[in-house]
Amino acid sequence: IYGASDNETKSDSGVSEVPVPADDTPEVLNKALSGLSSRWKNWWVRGILTLAMISFFFIIIYLGPMVLMMIVLCVQIKCFHEIITIGYSVYHSYHLPWFRTLSWYFLLCVNYFFYGETVTDYFFTLVQREEPLRILSKYHRFISFALYLTGFCMFVLSLVKKHYRLQFYMFGWTHVTLLIVVTQSHLIIHNLFEGMIWFIVPISCVICNDIMAYMFGFFFGRTPLIKLSPKKTWEGFIGGLFATIVFGILLSYVMSGYRFFVCPVEFNNDSNSFTVDCKPSELFQLQDYGLPPVLQSITGWTTVKLYPFQIHSIALSAFASIMGPFGGFFASGFKRAFKIKDFANTIPGHGGIMDRFDCQYLMATFVNVYIASFIRGPNPSKVIQQLLALRPDQQLHIFNSLKAHLTEKGLLPALEEAA
Amino acid sequence: MLAFPGEGEGEMEGDSKADTPDVPPSTDNTPQCLNKALEGLSSRWKNWWIRGILSLTMIIGFFLIIYLGPIMLILVVMGVQIKCFHEIITIGYRVYHSYDLPWFRTLSWYFLICVNYFFYGETVADYFGALVQREEPLQFLVRYHRFISFALYLAGFCMFVLSLVKKHYRLQFYMFAWTHVTLLIVVTQSHLVIQNLFEGMIWFIVPISIVICNDIMAYLFGFFFGRTPLIKLSPKKTWEGFIGGFFATVVFSFFFAYLISQYQYFVCPVEYNSETNRFAVECEPSNLFMIQEYTLPAVVQNKTVNLYPFQIHSIALSTFASLIGPFGGFFASGFKRAFKIKDFADTIPGHGGIMDRFDCQYLMATFVHVYITSFIRGPNPSKVLQQLLVLQPEQQLSIFNTLRNHLREKGMLPPAVEEAQ
Repeated sequence: IYGASDNETKSDSGVSEVPVPADDTPEVLNKALSGLSSRWKNWWVRGILTLAMISFFFIIIYLGPMVLMMIVLCVQIKCFHEIITIGYSVYHSYHLPWFRTLSWYFLLCVNYFFYGETVTDYFFTLVQREEPLRILSKYHRFISFALYLTGFCMFVLSLVKKHYRLQFYMFGWTHVTLLIVVTQSHLIIHNLFEGMIWFIVPISCVICNDIMAYMFGFFFGRTPLIKLSPKKTWEGFIGGLFATIVFGILLSYVMSGYRFFVCPVEFNNDSNSFTVDCKPSELFQLQDYGLPPVLQSITGWTTVKLYPFQIHSIALSAFASIMGPFGGFFASGFKRAFKIKDFANTIPGHGGIMDRFDCQYLMATFVNVYIASFIRGPNPSKVIQQLLALRPDQQLHIFNSLKAHLTEKGLLPALEEAA
Repeated sequence: MLAFPGEGEGEMEGDSKADTPDVPPSTDNTPQCLNKALEGLSSRWKNWWIRGILSLTMIIGFFLIIYLGPIMLILVVMGVQIKCFHEIITIGYRVYHSYDLPWFRTLSWYFLICVNYFFYGETVADYFGALVQREEPLQFLVRYHRFISFALYLAGFCMFVLSLVKKHYRLQFYMFAWTHVTLLIVVTQSHLVIQNLFEGMIWFIVPISIVICNDIMAYLFGFFFGRTPLIKLSPKKTWEGFIGGFFATVVFSFFFAYLISQYQYFVCPVEYNSETNRFAVECEPSNLFMIQEYTLPAVVQNKTVNLYPFQIHSIALSTFASLIGPFGGFFASGFKRAFKIKDFADTIPGHGGIMDRFDCQYLMATFVHVYITSFIRGPNPSKVLQQLLVLQPEQQLSIFNTLRNHLREKGMLPPAVEEAQ
């Protein structure tokens, strides 16, 4: 059973080499850089595209939450498409009956499920007003499950005698991709609703870590970090860590001053649009921190004014610098395993969308877990929703408990007699 | 874009089945005593008798465990989950000859423990609120539960990345994905089963019994009347068996639900009693389990019947089990054909592995859970109260006012006297 001659186990020699990706660089860039040697040309192309992506990032932020959500959705669809296409090329399953339809169908189902849950949470009042929306929201899980089941049954009915294995592989491939790509993108949107700062700062930290680690590695790099990615060095890793932490602290300081970034995104029923207007929470109000004696002697200050968020940003930057690269190594291992150079050719000089987002995988989940554990409590509108769905006797019971609790805390004048 | 070199039939990845070695026929696991008792019969009847006896044994075992109570049931569910996980992972090893991959066995079991820790932690926090509040270390674990679970998972993820070995990247990624898909299927289902159990043992017993009944009925109808094959995947299934099984199961579940709805032991939500430190199943049965009168449609007769509303729900459950449940079985059959295995394992003589018995149950547990949350119960009141107490005081106050107005509208609270604010 454990024979080593089987082709499944032969290290990776079974997969044919993928042909070199076509050069996707726009004509204009090619002309402008025609004079330079190939190495510098590559460097310039990467640099220009990096700047273009960063400017694009700023523009989208300026345009507001709605556009951000759309962009996240598009990135998710593109990432899904890239990974599924790799699956097709690995398994030569491009002509499998039904399979392309089924993959997109599953993507739609899972997105419907997640977006439905989000919409219900944040747009509660809007949903209650419209009758069809109310039914969709009340039976949301059931409807999503029914949709998924339909896809499952279609898969079973589409099994063809000679291709069972391939079909199961692609089914597994699709599900793992959905698990990685779609859940991450929804966690990003949840983070976004907490306040745009929870979206911008993590992504910026990861980008900064990428760039800083590259710079430090370029100038000081000597000791290789891991066999998987021979270009990474320990100097780059550690230098990137410190640079990112400093960058995170400074960026948080700049951003915490603006309500546009700091306030939770809310849907205003009257104007039917998103608003970011609120009284900033304690996290975003300057407080005095006493410096430890060591720093006091260096800088001569006794206290320093910081936003508490800046302390949190240290945790976020640390995670981005230490764990983020593991996401990158995972993607590198994946690319080596399936003998591809880049996920796709979408961005000239950089590869596909997935290549840019590989370090972000874990970051979105971490930020979401961090917020849920250390920052916010439950969402009040969701609690009300649940309350109103309970039975009247249960509501009364909770009402009395809550009244007792609030009276204890002194928030309620103790005037009403028990109901 | 990546160009695909066409659908070469010679490529090993695309080659349908030539590269999986045939698994040697399963060893005969039948206990000695059975063998002796049945040695006179021909091989075909012997097989039939073994299956029959083992079926009876399993059903009796099922009744025993129910009698032993909720804790036992939870432990058994957990045991089954671990065995199913083990069976599927072992198949993965055989398919990929990856038994000697460095670290991999450790990592699979580690991920299983992580995901279980996450799910059990969420359940425990929900249902054992009072117990948890008492113990200090438990309180800490509950408050930061998600963070701790995520950290544990990340540790496993990093171990995986660090364990990637040059010649085996592909295999390792395959096994990583295989483990995750298995976890997705097996562990989430088992936790939904336990959530259903906490709603009331009836939500655990009735669905499982319905699936078993459908299996048996479809087999019997197929045996006696079967003629038209149902699907190429499972040549032994017939349309007669499918439809006969459907009707028989609906009828069976209708009566079974009637029988079982009378006992508080089955019908009440499982609750943890803080004083006695044990599980208690005692309550006033909800509307669902109290007999109500239903008028039959005029077509039949203008009479009324006394039914439990739960019996109406049982029709929905049995319909699902009979119509969609078999797809779970077809999925498992396709899986076995794809990887050229006859059974998932050899645990049960005559039947195969644990997974072989549970393949039709996959979808049932999820369906029952979704059904309960959509149509039966609302949110858990103690959980809502818990969330309320964690909110900011201003938010609590605003919710308090909203709730007060709502209750007043409904007449549950006396109307407001003008209060000085």
